[in-house]
Amino acid sequence: MSEAAASAHADHGHHEPAGFWSHYVFSTDHKMIGRQFLFLGLFMLIIGGTLAMLIRWQLAWPETEVPGMGWVPEPTMYEGIIPPNTYNMLFTMHATIMIFFVVMPVMVGGFGNFLIPIMIGAKDMAFPLLNMLSFWVGAVAGVIMVASFFVVGGAAAGGWTSYTPLTGDAVFTGVNWGINLWVLSLFVLAFSSLMGSINYITTVINMRAPGMTYFRMPLSIWSLFITAILLLLALPVLTAALGMLFFDRVFATNFFLPAGGMPLLWQHLFWFFGHPEVYILVLPAMGVTSDILSVFSRKPIFGYRAMAYSMIAIAFLSWIVWGHHMFLSGMNPLLGTAFMLTTMVIAVPSAIKTFNWLGTLWGGSIRFTVPLLFAIGFVSNFVIGGLSGIFMASTPVDIFIHDTYFIVAHFHYVVAGIIFAMFAAIYFWFPKMFGRMMNSTWGIVHFIGTYIFFNLTFFPMHFLGVGGHMRRIYNPMQYEYLEQFGDMNVFITISAFLLAISQIPFIVNFVWSLFAGEKASENPWEANTLEWSAPSPPPHGNFATTPQVYRGPYEYSVPGVEEDWLPQDRPLGAAAATGH
Amino acid sequence: MAREATARSSSGDGVETLAHASAFGGGPPPPSQAEPVISNARLGLMMFIGAEVMFFAGLIGAFLVLRLSSEVWPPPAQPRLPVWITGFNTVVLLCSGLAMHRASLAARLRDRLRLSGWLLATAVLGALFLCIQGYEWVRLIGFGLTMRSGLYGSTFYALIGLHGLHVLGALVWVGVVWFLARQGSYASDQAAGVELCAMYWMFVVALWPVLYGLVYLY
Repeated sequence: MSEAAASAHADHGHHEPAGFWSHYVFSTDHKMIGRQFLFLGLFMLIIGGTLAMLIRWQLAWPETEVPGMGWVPEPTMYEGIIPPNTYNMLFTMHATIMIFFVVMPVMVGGFGNFLIPIMIGAKDMAFPLLNMLSFWVGAVAGVIMVASFFVVGGAAAGGWTSYTPLTGDAVFTGVNWGINLWVLSLFVLAFSSLMGSINYITTVINMRAPGMTYFRMPLSIWSLFITAILLLLALPVLTAALGMLFFDRVFATNFFLPAGGMPLLWQHLFWFFGHPEVYILVLPAMGVTSDILSVFSRKPIFGYRAMAYSMIAIAFLSWIVWGHHMFLSGMNPLLGTAFMLTTMVIAVPSAIKTFNWLGTLWGGSIRFTVPLLFAIGFVSNFVIGGLSGIFMASTPVDIFIHDTYFIVAHFHYVVAGIIFAMFAAIYFWFPKMFGRMMNSTWGIVHFIGTYIFFNLTFFPMHFLGVGGHMRRIYNPMQYEYLEQFGDMNVFITISAFLLAISQIPFIVNFVWSLFAGEKASENPWEANTLEWSAPSPPPHGNFATTPQVYRGPYEYSVPGVEEDWLPQDRPLGAAAATGH
Repeated sequence: MAREATARSSSGDGVETLAHASAFGGGPPPPSQAEPVISNARLGLMMFIGAEVMFFAGLIGAFLVLRLSSEVWPPPAQPRLPVWITGFNTVVLLCSGLAMHRASLAARLRDRLRLSGWLLATAVLGALFLCIQGYEWVRLIGFGLTMRSGLYGSTFYALIGLHGLHVLGALVWVGVVWFLARQGSYASDQAAGVELCAMYWMFVVALWPVLYGLVYLY
């Protein structure tokens, strides 16, 4: 963007708000697009969460009437009773929505858009118009996905992994248009992600403020940068596979069907995308956690470069581990061993990150704010999910627990655990995004409820899994050996309901604070990174003048400086003069 | 101001102070904002091409796996692909790449006449490529090779068809650039529009010999 155009924009934003449509709907401002993604994700979270509750009801009290669902027409439900086909649809759509329309829009779309330009001292993204298109294309994908509930046969019911031949032909699941729309929606979403990731990478490479070297970037930006690279390179592979699946379904080709084709090929292509996707989800969570822990420990992050390098290592390794999802697919055992070893290696950079988070907290002057609590919640759940991951990476153990509830426990600790980082980020950046503080008492209530019931919901699933409870089963009570788990399933379901109820304080707090929260100052958390030197909320163009960056983002409790924080853009000769 | 502050402190306390300063991440004053090495548009397009490479890598990977796991390839009762005419077509597309190269040279020299001439040559050669391919497809379908005739047909039409769509898209872009070049839009200092288009065209051209080798010859 040229200087003149940039300053014209800035003037424009400072005074008269533009018309409703160009300001709130078709905005090219990265902050508004970030908020749009955030709201899209939170809205879809409610849908995805509701689906989870229905799944839990069925598992605890199989084939009984779900209260309040009597109105759902047949054949989706029979007077509130969930039939097997609908159950398949529920877990398929729960996973799809949570992964593609909650975690990705909120963490990558929402915080990626909001944070990248402002944390590196840029006025906006490199391609603002492309950015707007990215949101609206993503929203269209969301609409297609939600619309698939209402077509004949219902939404996709082949699992979020859509293994072929189950999804290759409508006769296997009884769902035709639902799966077609599922494919179409993800195909469209790929374009949204493509535009977003091109924008993120270009912005980080070219738009950094003077003095903002790569190793002065906050770890949030590092994580989003690496995520964008993964997204750019991984998603096209899924797009190619989706294209072939679509040909199979609509033009009766045989790419993934046993008649001439290769069903296993889908698994390879899917997981070649799918494993980088896991890190696309978790890396931004790791980045924001690092920033938040450092701010509230009033200490520099422990091992800044090691944190950045370990994220690069994780991103690289994510390309060569996809086979660990397929140990039981009949692949060559030697190949399985290779995948086992590469997978185990990921534990090293992950452990570096975990210990560095603990090292950051160690000896800090900790301020127990709501964002810090949620960040610690993320770290602790990540440790549990990471450790169970090592069990599954080991082929002999995986043969025993493959496709059981152990897997469900693992990926909920990791992927659903991201919600802790998401809440941490929302509580942390809410003042900057909306100019008001969220209530911290209700935030603590929200944290305690979420943390306790999250663990009560997902931890017992490990026991179910080791006991042989299948991952995708309509009615576990039909097996004698699973009858002993009936009570545990009821316990998990009640915990899940309480987990959902624990989100009510958040929703009320969020909406109330949007309109009536205490006005936020420029830098309420006394943090260093550049967004905190812009007004809350920042105007169009973010900064009055382009900031000059003098130091890294984690200079907390620097000796010789009066306050215990030292913003990145504060010129300072005195720190050098006093020394240690 | 920042420069002054640092200058004062370093002149007062000597080298040791500066060492302390950088230990806290202070260090020397930041350099003034320089022009990026690669412009935004060029960088964005490079990444787009990177994503395209991964897209075709997925398709080609699938093709290779399917082809290698088939016992006989091509299947006995299927028509053979036209190797010679497609070989000629490959030359046509490579020539269009050469023409595009000349066009971007002309753009750099701000030679408006040559620029539009070479762009037109690129577009004509590209269109000829698509026409020959379309003619081939019509003949193949006449011989009974369709999307549904087993893996042989479906991989052929998927790979070659998706490449053809990319050529078509790139051709539209070349057409727009040609139109603008004739109007003299690139006469001034802005050859970037031509160079970006050339970059994408080169990608589409460079992809073709790979596909020709794998699908037709191998």
